[in-house]
Amino acid sequence: MFRYGSDQSLYLDRPPATANLPALTRIPGVVNLHPAYDSVLIVFDPLATTHEAIQKAARQIPATSAKQGRHHIIPVTYNGPDLAALASHHNISPERVIELHAAAQYTVAFLGFVPGFAYLEGLPQALHTPRLPAPRKLVPAGSLGIAGSQTSIYPAATPGGWQLIGHTPIELFNPANEPMSLLQPGDTVTFQPA
Amino acid sequence: MTILVQSPGLLTTVQDLGRPGHGIDGVSRAGAADPIALRLGNLLLGNPANTPALETTLLGGTYLFPDGATIALTGATPSALAPYEIHRIAPGQTIQLGPLTNGARCYLCVQGGIKTAKIANSASTHLLSGLGGGPLTKGAVLNIGPSTNKPQNIQIPPVLKTYTKTLRVTRGPQADQFESKLFYQTEYQVTQDTNRMGIRLAGSPIPTTHDSQMRTEGVPLGAIQIPANGQPIILFVDQQTTGGYPKIANVITADLPSLGQLRPGDTIGFEQVSPVEARRLLLEQEALINAL
Repeated sequence: MFRYGSDQSLYLDRPPATANLPALTRIPGVVNLHPAYDSVLIVFDPLATTHEAIQKAARQIPATSAKQGRHHIIPVTYNGPDLAALASHHNISPERVIELHAAAQYTVAFLGFVPGFAYLEGLPQALHTPRLPAPRKLVPAGSLGIAGSQTSIYPAATPGGWQLIGHTPIELFNPANEPMSLLQPGDTVTFQPA
Repeated sequence: MTILVQSPGLLTTVQDLGRPGHGIDGVSRAGAADPIALRLGNLLLGNPANTPALETTLLGGTYLFPDGATIALTGATPSALAPYEIHRIAPGQTIQLGPLTNGARCYLCVQGGIKTAKIANSASTHLLSGLGGGPLTKGAVLNIGPSTNKPQNIQIPPVLKTYTKTLRVTRGPQADQFESKLFYQTEYQVTQDTNRMGIRLAGSPIPTTHDSQMRTEGVPLGAIQIPANGQPIILFVDQQTTGGYPKIANVITADLPSLGQLRPGDTIGFEQVSPVEARRLLLEQEALINAL
């Protein structure tokens, strides 16, 4: 269940939605958590605690139910530059892409890549699409993209290789908010065509 | 009291000891690339250890002190003034810090600290997200905080201002996928493509013995990733919080300040130590600082 990360971190191999992140944060000496699909990297102050003490404390924390997140309905204008190509890749109409994408409910697995970037699970199989052959130098903030079995929104303008199918005006990351990211691990998301 | 940035050099940012606790939002810790140099500068000036200072890079930059100040320069060696000493700067005096030698980053610490708006309890600049205001530009004016503490000229032991080019590492989570022997025998060049987010190296490519696609997972500070081209990337203070490349090794905490002082073109190597040894080296280093 635990793997050595570095002399100031270890992995808890449990999906973040059930890992009880608030309780992990409260373990004395823990300074940061980096959740991902199936694991949580627990970063601690090595002068304040040890791998052994963190493991002992983490073992006492029961797994939580995955159904504790908030639900977000995100308005989207489905007009991305890759929508037509993605539709023809799957031999369906752009309207069908929108219908499939907007009908699904997604779960936030974790945030990573850049601040506020949520990896969403639950993309219908019919929309799984490889990344662009070469990443764009600049993807505008609010762009909704697809990469493999994943879908997500770029919270800020950044380079990126995801296929862009739309955009949203919703603010996903604001350092003045607590938490800074609108979407949190375990939250659910549906997209509403604007 | 203020500091006027006449030239920010290659890159100058405000840094304290970082902004931990926001990995869940995809935000890494940021903070001083050489945290020991920052702590020592603050110690000399009688500031709390986490007081913000200017982190200057390679060229150093030029700074005007309209009202004067008491400063200390730590980390890489500046050409302007002796490092690790207290200097009283007269009103109207200009300091041209660089070029820097013996490292990449020099901390311009001031008595009272740099006073900027804090975000989530930290003044640190996180370049990836823009938190903390971004790189300083020519003409920027920074406020100096009040201080009643007394600067003290403490002798800093040489070992705390010496940087290693043989970085000690612990085994990475995916070390089994690699010819580790080649990795530890290779001398690597630090490339130009090196910044606060990551340090890219060039040397004998490390082939993987395993081609499974790994699932993205959290990445620790100092993790050494091996992408498909076999050239290592060390994740640094403004790092991405997660990554999908396998990690062969991880730089130990005691050697992270040395990472912050690597210059493009430097030749470095790696030496594996046990987790127990990594911890012993850190506690030994901390004991030296605490004894000051």
